[in-house]
Amino acid sequence: MKYARLIWVNLVRNKRRTILTVLSVFVAFFLFTTLRSVVTALNAVSEVGSESRLVVSSAMGITFPLPQSYYERLRSQEHVESVTWANWFGGVYVDPSNFFAQFAVDPDTYLNMYPEIVVPEDQRAAFLAERTGVLVGSGLMERFGWTLGQSVTLQGTFLPGDWEFTIRGVYEPNPASFGDQMFIFHYDYLYEGSNQQMSPGWYVLQLADPTSAPEVINRIDAIYENSTAPTKTETERAFQTGFVTMWGNIGFLVQVIGTAVFFAILLVSANTMMMAGRERIGENAVLKTLGFPDSLLFGFVLVEAVTITLLGGALGVYGAKALFGPGNFMTTFIPGFEVHSSTVVLGLTIAIVLGLVSGFVPAFQAMRLSVVQSLRRVA
Amino acid sequence: MALVEISNLRKVYYRDSQEIPVFESVDLELESGGFLALMGPSGSGKTTLLNILAGLDKPTSGSVVVDGQEITGMKPKQLAAWRARHVGFIFQFYNLLPVLTAFQNVELPLLLTKLSKKDRREHVMTALGVVGLTDRADHFPRQLSGGQEQRVGIARAIVSDPTMILADEPTGDLDAKSADEILTLLERLNEEYHKTIMMVTHDAHAAERAHAITHLDKGVLHQ
Repeated sequence: MKYARLIWVNLVRNKRRTILTVLSVFVAFFLFTTLRSVVTALNAVSEVGSESRLVVSSAMGITFPLPQSYYERLRSQEHVESVTWANWFGGVYVDPSNFFAQFAVDPDTYLNMYPEIVVPEDQRAAFLAERTGVLVGSGLMERFGWTLGQSVTLQGTFLPGDWEFTIRGVYEPNPASFGDQMFIFHYDYLYEGSNQQMSPGWYVLQLADPTSAPEVINRIDAIYENSTAPTKTETERAFQTGFVTMWGNIGFLVQVIGTAVFFAILLVSANTMMMAGRERIGENAVLKTLGFPDSLLFGFVLVEAVTITLLGGALGVYGAKALFGPGNFMTTFIPGFEVHSSTVVLGLTIAIVLGLVSGFVPAFQAMRLSVVQSLRRVA
Repeated sequence: MALVEISNLRKVYYRDSQEIPVFESVDLELESGGFLALMGPSGSGKTTLLNILAGLDKPTSGSVVVDGQEITGMKPKQLAAWRARHVGFIFQFYNLLPVLTAFQNVELPLLLTKLSKKDRREHVMTALGVVGLTDRADHFPRQLSGGQEQRVGIARAIVSDPTMILADEPTGDLDAKSADEILTLLERLNEEYHKTIMMVTHDAHAAERAHAITHLDKGVLHQ
């Protein structure tokens, strides 16, 4: 601690340079933390998908429906405990920018299939009893300021017209990464509204034993291989991962951007330390003359460099954490998006390593400084 | 036995393959409590000799024994610790750290000791008292005159009570009045506090204040 003042006065001797360097590091770490949290959230979304649930969709793509007649046959398959189905409904609430996920589901079987959807018993009963009833995620309720019992009108897109709904239940997701932004309503309502032209978008199968998944997948796809609507069956986790990878290889992108940003910051902070080191050649020579050992001067420079990067890093990481805490506005777009402790720890670790690397060369130069030559230069 | 014994000291610089001798076969003794002035023209090697004696430079060959310890064979880490304990160095251009106050500059050598903060404070104030600058303890170097800066430099050199004080042209950057004050202070340190002092200077008036004068010219010492 007795050396703290010496390190501190060196840090603040050129305040503008130190502040600018800290700000550069802050911006880099804020970006890193945010991007890293996007990856973490997307990974969590894909992990929400269960390994014991299978999704059967059209082999031609998720937008192509499957016949209703598949339901009974899928239910009769060995190892299959229960079956439900769902459809995507791309309705618009007031303005197209108010995007959220809307699913028409077979309500009873769907809620039984998804214990992740936690809803009070009385609300569940009210939702099941009313054909135009809708179950809404708590985050979506908050986003639009909706209340239980309120009527909501969506404008259909591929099924034009006004679609009236009444909010009968509010669910909480468990885990949070399941998402609290969904709008879930009765398939029957969709079916009638489409003049009985609609059929399920995809089926979800609950398996008694996840190890039977490969066998069931192969069997189902083989059954419908030569039909008019061939299927693509996969575990729900694989299905979700497929959705996530539609965004592109986010992890790789973040890694590339992160590496580029950190390399730039490494150069910035190394340059700062090099300039500081050059300015203090004479002073370091004096300290050596007074008996300060090489190792101590080496340590001073490293601590100074780490202080700069750690301060900027901590500001960036904790700034992002403050902005993207639980229930932040980004969860509207990415369920469960928030800065986790693991990201904070990783960010701070990188900040320390960055400081050590950027400070190493000037610290080594301070250590190897020739007192005689340095004093001659100062004189 | 002398406090400092320099025997058969040789220093050669190399520029590419060319050998540039600074001095050859220098012998010198300095008694404890002595005050020696080392004179010589520019480039005569007097600062090099002082640096070797301070353990800042290595001789090409020869021996330097201080208080019974041979220092030429010491490793850098040992030399740093030895310097902290035995050498108080006064620079021509004071070399105070501009970001530290007078107090903090004087405290620097004590940071290497195990003294408590309270003890360090007492030592620093005593040293500043010896040079007559207790009222300037909180001033930064830029707020001091050249003479005052050098007095802070002297306080820094004596604060850890070193075995010897080495001064490299201590009055070289000062006006006559300030130079006289500094030389008087060095005399006091030698006479009242029995400090052993070796002072490099090219100023004959300054050298006269020492007990003994030695000339180094063209690498040869004339006592």
